[in-house]
Formats: sequence, C-alpha cells, structure tokens
Amino acid sequence: MSTRLSKGGRLLDRSKALDFVFNGKRLKGYQGDTLASALLGNDQMLLGRSFKYHRPRGLVASGAEEPNALVHLGQGGRFEPNQRTTTTELYAGAELSSQNHWPSLEFDVGAVNNAFARFLVGGFYYKTFIHPRFAWKHVFEPVIRQSAGLGKAPKEADADHYEQAYDFCDVLIAGGGIAGLQAALVAGQAGKRVILLEQTPYWGGRAPVDGDVIDGRPAADWIAATVADLAKMPNVTLKTRCMAAGVYDHGYILAEERVADHTPGDGRPKKRLWRIRATRIVAATGALERPLSFAGNDIPGVMLASAVRDYVVNWAVSPGDRTVVVTNNDDAYRTAIALKEAGLAVPVILDARASANGPLPTKARAMGIRVEAGKAIAKVKGGKRVTGVAICLQAGEGAVLEEIACDAVAMSGGWSPVVHLWSHCGGKLLWDEAQAMFRPDATKPPTSHDGQALVYAVGAANGHLQATAILPDAAQGAAAAAGVTPSGVAAQAAPSDEAPLEPVWTMPQGAPIQLRSKMWLDYQNDVKVSDVQLAAREGYESVEHTKRYTTLGMATDQGKLSNINGLAVLAQSLNTDIPNVGTTTFRPPYTPVTLGALAGESRGEIFQPLRKTPINDWHLKHNAYMEPVGLWRRAYCYPKGGETHSQAVDREILAVRSGVGLLDASTLGKLIVKGPDAGRFLDMLYTNVMSNLGIGKCRYGLMCTEAGFLTDDGVVIRLDEDTWLCHTTTGGAERIHAHMEDWLQCEWWDWQVYTANVTEQYAQIAVAGPKARKVLEKLGGMDVSAETMPFMTFKEGTLAGLPVRVHRISFSGELSYEIAVPAGHGLALWEALMEAGQEHGIVAYGTEAMHVMRAEKGFIMMGDETDGTVIPQDLNLGWAISKKKADYLGKRGQERTYLASPDRWKLAGFETLDGSVIPDGAYILAPGVNANGQGNVQGRVTSTYYSPTLKKGIAMGLIKGGLSRMGDVVEFSAITGQPIKAKVVDPVFYDKEGEKQNG
Amino acid sequence: MLILECPYCGVKAEETELSPGGEAHLKRFGPGSTDEEFEAYMFARKNPKGVHFERWRHAYGCGKWFLAARCTATLEVFGTYPAQVSAPPQALQDKIKAKRPDWKGFQ
Ligand SMILES: [Zn+2]
Repeated sequence: MSTRLSKGGRLLDRSKALDFVFNGKRLKGYQGDTLASALLGNDQMLLGRSFKYHRPRGLVASGAEEPNALVHLGQGGRFEPNQRTTTTELYAGAELSSQNHWPSLEFDVGAVNNAFARFLVGGFYYKTFIHPRFAWKHVFEPVIRQSAGLGKAPKEADADHYEQAYDFCDVLIAGGGIAGLQAALVAGQAGKRVILLEQTPYWGGRAPVDGDVIDGRPAADWIAATVADLAKMPNVTLKTRCMAAGVYDHGYILAEERVADHTPGDGRPKKRLWRIRATRIVAATGALERPLSFAGNDIPGVMLASAVRDYVVNWAVSPGDRTVVVTNNDDAYRTAIALKEAGLAVPVILDARASANGPLPTKARAMGIRVEAGKAIAKVKGGKRVTGVAICLQAGEGAVLEEIACDAVAMSGGWSPVVHLWSHCGGKLLWDEAQAMFRPDATKPPTSHDGQALVYAVGAANGHLQATAILPDAAQGAAAAAGVTPSGVAAQAAPSDEAPLEPVWTMPQGAPIQLRSKMWLDYQNDVKVSDVQLAAREGYESVEHTKRYTTLGMATDQGKLSNINGLAVLAQSLNTDIPNVGTTTFRPPYTPVTLGALAGESRGEIFQPLRKTPINDWHLKHNAYMEPVGLWRRAYCYPKGGETHSQAVDREILAVRSGVGLLDASTLGKLIVKGPDAGRFLDMLYTNVMSNLGIGKCRYGLMCTEAGFLTDDGVVIRLDEDTWLCHTTTGGAERIHAHMEDWLQCEWWDWQVYTANVTEQYAQIAVAGPKARKVLEKLGGMDVSAETMPFMTFKEGTLAGLPVRVHRISFSGELSYEIAVPAGHGLALWEALMEAGQEHGIVAYGTEAMHVMRAEKGFIMMGDETDGTVIPQDLNLGWAISKKKADYLGKRGQERTYLASPDRWKLAGFETLDGSVIPDGAYILAPGVNANGQGNVQGRVTSTYYSPTLKKGIAMGLIKGGLSRMGDVVEFSAITGQPIKAKVVDPVFYDKEGEKQNG
Repeated sequence: MLILECPYCGVKAEETELSPGGEAHLKRFGPGSTDEEFEAYMFARKNPKGVHFERWRHAYGCGKWFLAARCTATLEVFGTYPAQVSAPPQALQDKIKAKRPDWKGFQ
C-alpha cells in the first residue's frame, strides 16, 4: 500500500494539516502537498479509468507529464474538470472526485470494453466511421458517449476572475531549476532585464531530490542562496507558479500564473495571463523521464522511477512497501537508494543492460539491494494494484525465470529533454544516439527578427542530464542570450559518474504479441505497442499520420510521457532509424491554459466594446428591444403594452405609411472625402460618376471590390467644390474608410485626397411619412418645401434652433428627411421632433420596420441581397453603373465571362399564391438532381417578410433568368411540409412610380 | 506576433496594432487587360519559403500602410519602407542579397 512516512518530506509543513475530500471520503494532507501526493499518502492509488478500455489508472508521474491522475475539483462556480493532481496544490477543504468511470471508480461497466480490446485496435475510430455506418450511429456512439468522456463540463458560470498583464525583458528564462537559476545569475549580473519563470511553487527542480552537491554544499543550500542573490537584483523578476506556455514569433511569450488556484475565493484573480516580449529566451525546462514498455506497465502501482523518488523525498509518501526498480540507466538506482534510506524494501533492481558496475549500482549493492543485470520484466501481475512481477531475460522472448511479490514498480527508460519552447518557433532537433534522446540542434535554433537565435536551450533541456554539465552549460547559454562573454565561473557540481544507458523500446526485446498488446504507450488513450505496430503494417509511415490514426500522444498529456517510445516502436516496425521517423510537431501550450485566463477580463458586460448612439438612452426608456449591428446597439422595435415584436413592427410600419415616424439612423457611416482629386477618386471607387454631382445634390452609389462584387452602398452628397460626404452601411464605415485609405496610399498615392471618418461626430434622424414635412415646418428655422428642397437634395440650416443638414432621401419609400446634427444635439433634436409630431401621431420605428419598408419598396440591403458573390448587374442595378467611365474598381472583374453569363441568378420579387411568408433561406427548386443526388435549385430567397401594408407575404430573391421570368410560378423549399408555390413579380411592391418619396 | 517598425512614425508595433494586407508591389490590371493578366493580378500570389515583400497597415497607430521585407522561413525582417513605391528600395534589395545569396532578386 502507499502511505505517508513518519518523517521527511522536504516540501511539507507538517504543522499545517489540511482536510480534503475525495469521492466523499474525508482525507488529510499537509501544506506543501500536491493533490497527487496527498491522495497517495492516503493509499489512494486508483484514481481513474482509461479512455477506451476503462482500465484502472493510477499515478505514473509527479509533474506535468502525468497522463492518468486527472480529477474533478471544486463545486458549483468553482468546479473544474481534468485538474492534473500532480501539478495542483492541495488546499484546505478541497473537494475532489474521480472522472471517466460509470457508475463507480471501483466497479466500472465500461471496463467491458477491455474484454473486447481485440476489436478496439488502433484506427478503431477511423474504421468504424467508414463502415458500417449504421453501427457507428446506433451501436458504438451511444455506448461511447454514455461511458466515456474526459471529465464533466462545469454547469455554472465561473465564479472566479482572471486578468492579463504585459511585461518585457532582455532575457526570459523558462524554468527555475539549477540551470535556470544559474542562467538568471549570469544574465542578471550582466545588467540585463531578466524574467525567470518557474511553473511549480518552489525553486531548484530535481537537484535536491537527486542529492546533487553544488559548490561544496547540498543543492538545496546553493538554491536558497542563489534565489536570495537574485531577489536582491532590481533588474531580475522572479515568478513561481508561472508556466511559460508558448514561444511565438519575435520573442512573444505567453505564460500562465496560478495566482489564487491554491487559495480559492480569497479575492485575487484565479490566474493571470502574462503576455511577455523578450529579446532572447533561455529554455531551462529540464527533461522528463520515459516509461519502459513491458506487459502490464499500466497497472496502478507502476510509476516512473523519478516520480517514486519525488514522492518519497519531497512529500514523504511511499508509493509501496516493496518496490521493484526496472531500468536501462544508472539514474534509477537513486530511487532504489532513496527508498532504502527511507526504510522501505527494494526486493530487486532489474537492469536491462548486460552489466551495471558504476558508482550508483555499486552503492546500491553495498546497501544490500539485489541487482540483476540483463534482466527485464516479463509481466506485471495485478489488477487494480500491482501484486508482483515476473522476471525474464531482456534479450529473450519473455520466458519467466522468477516471480517476485511487490506492490510498486519504479521504471526508467531514460530521459527526454523538454524541447517544447525550443521547437514552438521552429528550432530543430537532432537525435543523440548515445543518450537515446532528441535534443536541440544548436546550429538550427529558432530565429528572431534579426536572424539571430531567439531561444537558447540549456541544461537538461539541452541534453545535459548531470549537474556537473548542467551548470556550465546554463552559464554559457545565458551569456550568449544576454550578448555578453561569460564572466566569472559557473557554480560547480560534484561529479557523479554514470554509465551510459542502453535504449530499450520493448521489454523483453523479443516479446511476442500477447505481451506487446499489454505494453502501454499512451496511458490515457489506451495506445499500445501492438497498435503502433499494426498502424505501421497498415501503411502508416508518417509519424503525424500514425499519431492521428492511433491517437498516440493526443491525450491530455500531449505525448509528454511516451511519444519517444511510440516513435521508436514505429521506427522499428518500419525498419528504419528514429531520426528518419522524426517527431510530431510541438505546439503551444506546453500544458493546458485555462480558457478563463485567455479571456481575461473580456467577459460579461465588458466582453466587447459597445457603440451607442446619442439617442440610445431614449430608446431604452421607451422599451426598445435592442439588437446588435456590428458593435452598435440599435433599436429593433418599440413594443407597447403587451405587444409582440412582430405586432410592434407592424404598428410602426402602418404609422409611418399613414402619418410619420422617426428612425435613429446615427449609425450610418459618414466619410468625408476632400481634395483636388476627390471627384476623380470617387469615380474610381463608385460604379457610377460622382465627380459631376452638383453641390447640394445627393446620389445613390454602389461600391464594388476589385473582383467586381458589391461590397457597400449609400448616398453620396457634395458639400462644396472639393468636398464630398459618403454615407456607408452601418457595418461598413470602418471597412470602407480603410478601403479608401488602402487605394489612396498604395495605388494612387500621388492623388491629392484626404479622408476622414466622421460617423460618430453626427447623430442622424430619419423623419419619414406623409406628415414628415409638417413636423419639420413646426420646428421651424428653414424652408423644407418641395420647391426649395426637392427629392435627392440637401440643405444646411437650423431646425428647432439646432444646426442641421437636412437630406431629402428615402429608404422607406415615403416622403422623408434625414437630418444630421452634431452628436451632442442628437437627443435634443429627437425629442423636439417627437414633440412636434405629437399632433400627427408620430412614432419611433426600429430597424425591423425599416427593413420591411425597404423590401416593400424593392430596395436592396447589403448582406441580404448581397453575400460577396453578387455583382450589381445581378440586382438589376445597371442604371447605377456608368457606361462612360473607362475604369472603376470592379469594372474589369465584372467583365469576366462567368459574371457576364445570362445564366446568373438575378433579382426578382416573389408573392406566394396563398399569401404566406416564404421561410428565410429557402431555395427555388428545379427539376432533376445533381451529381451528388441532391435536388437541383434555380435560385434562393434573399429577403422575406410579412408586409402589413399589403397584408401578405412579400419576398425578394435571386432566380435564374431574373425579371424575364415574371409571371412564372416557382416552388420554394420548405424545411418541413410541401414546397411553397410563389409567383415571380416586380420586386417593387409599393408606390412603383415613387410619387410618395418624390412628393 | 511579428514586431515591425512603422517607417512613418518609428513605432515598433505588433499584432495588437498591425493588420496584414498580403503581397506587396502588385501591379494593377484594369479594363483592357487579358484574362491571364487579370487572373494573375487578382488571384496568383507568391508563396515563397524565404524572402517575401508584404503589405502591413499600422491600423491602431498612425493608420499608414507600409511594406515589409522578411523571410517567411526564419521570420527575419530585412526592413520596412513606405508603401509609395513600385519596387523595394535598392539598398534594401542589396542588403537582402548579401544575407541571402541564393535569393533570385525582386521581380
Ligand atoms: Zn505608424
């Protein structure tokens, strides 16, 4: 069993006991525990189930590479799934529960999958998706959905808050082990601005656990002294609990600081996302131990040798009373020695190498530990917990020589440098044959803006596994990163002779299929040696393809534990060597970053900036239902009493058509274009001619992309000899302004034109309806008669004592004035108009009434009639395209053969035979089927509404042949029921002659 | 995530300030051009692994468009310059040639 030892535990504060709950059981840990060490100290080795076979899963590691021990943590608004117990600190009152099992951790129905393992081999998901299809839909998917799932999604909004912060430095050092500390000393002493990040709460990494001696004193003492020295340097910033998640272009680093993860609810942000700019980066990220692939290496109680050592030394937890150590290197002997020193039993060390005679094996033997060289594990015995191991020759096929009882196995297959930060921006790796590892190729680093190396890998991350080599390497790397020559001498570690490892990719070497199909590579996703070999036989040669086919390395540890083992097996199966197979791509983040931290403060009310018109508060006071239009909030309608939205819209329309209404049109884009070449410029921008527009006149214009497609429309007015004002759609102001600037700056840079976006400088109010003129006349101040101000003209003047520009333009089809007023006067003008209109029953109308009225009038709407594939000619807008102009943006594009084809879908109106409203998005059916067996179509609806004016459904749409189809009866698709019959008609349903708007 | 120096205001700007605009120095083909010319202008974009000239706008800064020469493979930036030219400045071309002898030159 696993238990807490009575003494020791260098990270524990035994004076501070912490109560916590796991699956309803009350347990006790100490300050300094991780969730993992606390659970293990309470003999809780079984922590979850694997994804596919639901095999029992226990702790394997002690850090970020842990694949199994994920739990649900917290309650309600602080509930989080998939919390990695090895990297999460214990706090008082923590509530944990295991995940991925049903109905209980001890008894799991899904484990039945285990019995069918033969059928759930690598590529299972792909094969099942392909055939038979019904089996996936009706058999596999329901079962998998019921039984699997990596944790539950939280049900409540996150009760915590998060923040983001920026920082910058000359040298950023990721990793606070002895390499990172040494690097920080060098860069700090060179006077550079340094940031040192350590993902755990403590400094020094593995050195104190490994018993290193530095500058003649225990590693822990050197670490404490060095941290104290660094803390005194004003140019050095030290951060623990802060994980460098990713390195991006030109020295951008994203780091996640766990501010209050371990003190939930104390008012501080739970996490802080750092966005750091560094000139150079030092990756002192250490190395991770690899498992060995032997049968039963996934049974709870089988752990990495380094993890066993960590639990004993750091947290005084013994994973088992009797631990068998199995290794291909000398380092694992340290684990055996640590166990022995803690008073625990190590029945045997199985060393796959033919001999083991270095100082560490010699020391182990001297302590009375049995060492068996050339031996291997044939099989681990046990179910939910290790009960023993069967021993065989590493060189053989697994014939059992002896069985030894034990309750834990400590394994070591060598070490892999953590090269993630080196690789994120393109640093290359080389295969180190002697150490059987990929390590950074210093001649091919990721580069920065100046073409020089961006990242320097040092220490274990650079392939140096022993302190004697780590410290000088870190000093040298940091000096290079800081751009200085190394001054002074690096700290010196006492040498420890270690014999080279011997690569072991399967144990024993000649293991038959029965054993290979029990050797786990990916513990969480259940990928075994046999699965990778099968993928290779089925033709998967690329490591990237094999990864996706078998799901190797796609679990939440992202292959940290056994990617190298997997690709070594793939290389063997393909009869090639490991560097030929290569690695999969390392992508950020190094470990998962909470979405809350990425969102930061951008949630709730401040999720995004809101744009409000000067009349916004009036709308809210009058019960407006507001809709988002881009970042703007606009009034959709103003329900009264118990009105529904559609009742309100109908009432607003009828009131405008029979009397008068006000629309807040302030959101319309307003761009000033000024200068000697402004007219010439606008002639290039719009499809029609704007240069000959008379001063005081308005003209409707269309803008196209260079490819020819309609992109915006609006009314252009000419203010004076060299000044025009262009109205754009609500969503188009910034985009069209940028479009203008692009062409002015990058193509016609010698033209003298100035543009300004004055959208927010003016409020704009449409006064529409047969009584509109009367309302303006009541305000007084300027002549707005039909004679002085005919349709499509504007005038500047005064209304109700306010400076205004009044345009005779209409989007509703009624007699209409659009009045622009400086934004600060917007509300005053609106209220004055409302009051003046009282006697005519004036109403406020919203965007939906506006939409319906323009459809009744057959006016197009950007985004309804257009979708980026429509040219003006499709919308019968040929009248707004100049035939005289030699050029305008989009002219050449529109000449392309397929855009000039008579087969294009063109605009027409539609009326259903029964007066009903055609559903949004409906297609016009055509006879026959296409190559995919889908019904043919000949058009689609683009705007469809109930018209309260005409008391029936009206629609616009695009149909092959356009207006030439007038009178035809066509069928629109309906999602349910029979197709809807409609007649092709003129799209102008209301006041075809325009008497009302012109009057 | 790139940092580029705006040649107008001298500010070193990154992704919170810049917006990209694709390949630089395109020659516009309007009415009268052949289908091949128009297609090449409209759609055919270089996609080199190596030296590339591209358009950037200091959108949340001075608002100006500028051009940048950089290496798509190493992210090295050779230089930035105002957009009002139809070819990269000769000094910049020389600098690139010195750093990338295999470069075929601006065309
Ligand atoms: Zn600028």
